[in-house]
Amino acid sequence: MRFLFKTDYDQDIRLFRHGGQRFWYALLGIGLVAAPWALSEYQLAQASLICIYGIVGLGLMLLTGYTGLVSIGHAAFLGVGAYAEAILAARGWPLPLSFAAAMLLSAAVGVVVGLPALRVRGIYLAIATLAFGFIVEEIITRWEALTGGNSGLPVAAASLLGRALDTTAEFYFLSLACAVLAAVVVINLLRSPTGRAFIAIRDSEISAQSMGIHLARYKTVSFALSAALTGLAGALYAHKLRFLSPDQFTVIQSIELLMMVFIGGIGSIHGAFLGAIFIIALPQAISGVRPLLPEALASAAGLQPTVFGLILIGFILFEPMGLYGWWFKTRTYFSLFPFYRRGTFKRRKAFQKSERLR
Amino acid sequence: MQLLQILVSGASQGCIYGLIAIGFVLIYKATETVNFAQGELMMLGAFAGLAAATLLGLPYWAAFLAAVAALALFGLATERVVLRPILGQPAFAIVMVTIGIGYVARGLITMVPAIGTDTHALPTPFQDELVRLGGLVIGMEHVVVIGTTVALCALLFALFRLTKVGIAMQAASQNQLAAYYMGIPVRRLNGLIWAISAAVAAVAGILLAPITFVHANMGFIGLKAFPAAVIGGFGSLPGAIVGGLIIGLVEALAGFYLPEGFKDTAAYVVVLLMLVVKPNGLFGETMHKKV
Repeated sequence: MRFLFKTDYDQDIRLFRHGGQRFWYALLGIGLVAAPWALSEYQLAQASLICIYGIVGLGLMLLTGYTGLVSIGHAAFLGVGAYAEAILAARGWPLPLSFAAAMLLSAAVGVVVGLPALRVRGIYLAIATLAFGFIVEEIITRWEALTGGNSGLPVAAASLLGRALDTTAEFYFLSLACAVLAAVVVINLLRSPTGRAFIAIRDSEISAQSMGIHLARYKTVSFALSAALTGLAGALYAHKLRFLSPDQFTVIQSIELLMMVFIGGIGSIHGAFLGAIFIIALPQAISGVRPLLPEALASAAGLQPTVFGLILIGFILFEPMGLYGWWFKTRTYFSLFPFYRRGTFKRRKAFQKSERLR
Repeated sequence: MQLLQILVSGASQGCIYGLIAIGFVLIYKATETVNFAQGELMMLGAFAGLAAATLLGLPYWAAFLAAVAALALFGLATERVVLRPILGQPAFAIVMVTIGIGYVARGLITMVPAIGTDTHALPTPFQDELVRLGGLVIGMEHVVVIGTTVALCALLFALFRLTKVGIAMQAASQNQLAAYYMGIPVRRLNGLIWAISAAVAAVAGILLAPITFVHANMGFIGLKAFPAAVIGGFGSLPGAIVGGLIIGLVEALAGFYLPEGFKDTAAYVVVLLMLVVKPNGLFGETMHKKV
């Protein structure tokens, strides 16, 4: 068991709390950089997808997990980023510039969507974002001159400084760099006054307001940052798939993104990436199990949504902190061994909080 | 005359939205949770009706009642098994659970061999019948939809105004803790509310079956009923029906007068406008927290 002896106020906000963390993250970093030499081509492609979904997870986590604003329209931001990147890359913009433009455009759309968030909250906000998601999907489908509509839009390979990143390993490094950068930005944001304000808003709007937090401004900033991160992921996504069509950015996709952060563990940075790993690994795991099942069950198309839904329900019933909570409890068990008690993380039975009276 | 024709079919579509929205409102008022599985409950209701009519060979009206009863039991069981243990968790965690229920329901239906992935027609005794009113020609199924909705609303109104259970439900929806202190079994009432809203969803599903056929993805129409509930104000039963009618009519008119593509998004544009102008809906109650 480790005791932290704090001698400095800075210790509360350091990126790494202690030497052990520094060691493990360094090991993780080496593992990620060495991955192209250890993994097969296919696994590496999946790893880049995990990085992309991890960035979306970070964006959604910032908004839903840390600011408490639920969005059921995040696939729309992903779509805006992806189409912006595809169109700008086709016009020959250099990659850093087009990525920045995709993020800015996505953030601008995020601000527009955030406007209703200033007046409505809770489920009304969720429905406003849902409505927005549908409208963007329809715009992408109908604006054929720009997006190619239902026939789709091919995207060129990413190219950086005149060099085409067309091998899987090169693209993996690009996604990894973006994911690490995004994670560092979000971690730094969360230890800054802005991030603290987000968390205060999540826990109680009224007390946040009484502490002098400008609700409208911070909610808008949260929407903009979340949309920008998702736009960045969208830009990578465009180059990853090399082909965009409106059915990749539906409201169903938004709901799945939300399921991803809930399963990963709402309110934790680890959760964003754990959720991404989960959402990429689940179809693989299911197709791995299929040969073991009886014929009628194995060939059923509904197997995947059923398993997905059951896992989501299971997590919220038994482990509301998701995969991260699971990992956290296991770690605590071993670090406290043999003193861990079942009641250590017992959920507090709260009275039902009313949304009507606020 | 053509306009009137469009309005009637819009109104009947709106009644379906309204019925699904009633399910949302019932559960929202009782538990402050939005049930994202409402559309899937409707889909299950339609499949239950189909099974009763084709597999058991029941006549249409008997199959109708059987499906409604089956779904009411299903709603009761769902509340007991999945939702009651997590009462008191953050509101959106419960919403995610209902999303999960929707996924499982849709997945399980498509896993039923030979039935789940196909589109089915539910045979009705009033197939292809037309009603002529002056120059107006209306399909019988639209008349049945509107008539059943009106009857169901009257029934729900009577339940909430005239019976002891209904008044207890109103009390619990206003303040659960106070109702509990008055000796009202709040948890059992929540189960009953789930049963009623699942039964209403089954009615909507069976009414919708002759218009759009029965298939595993018909539950997505539930996503269109959200705007209906929001326009009416999420806590109001008459509001849900009015909201549903508004959405149905706007959609029908947009489909006729505006270019293609506006029909599907009209509902969402209307709801965004509504949220900007009047966030609590037409009939919603505004309350403020005393600090």
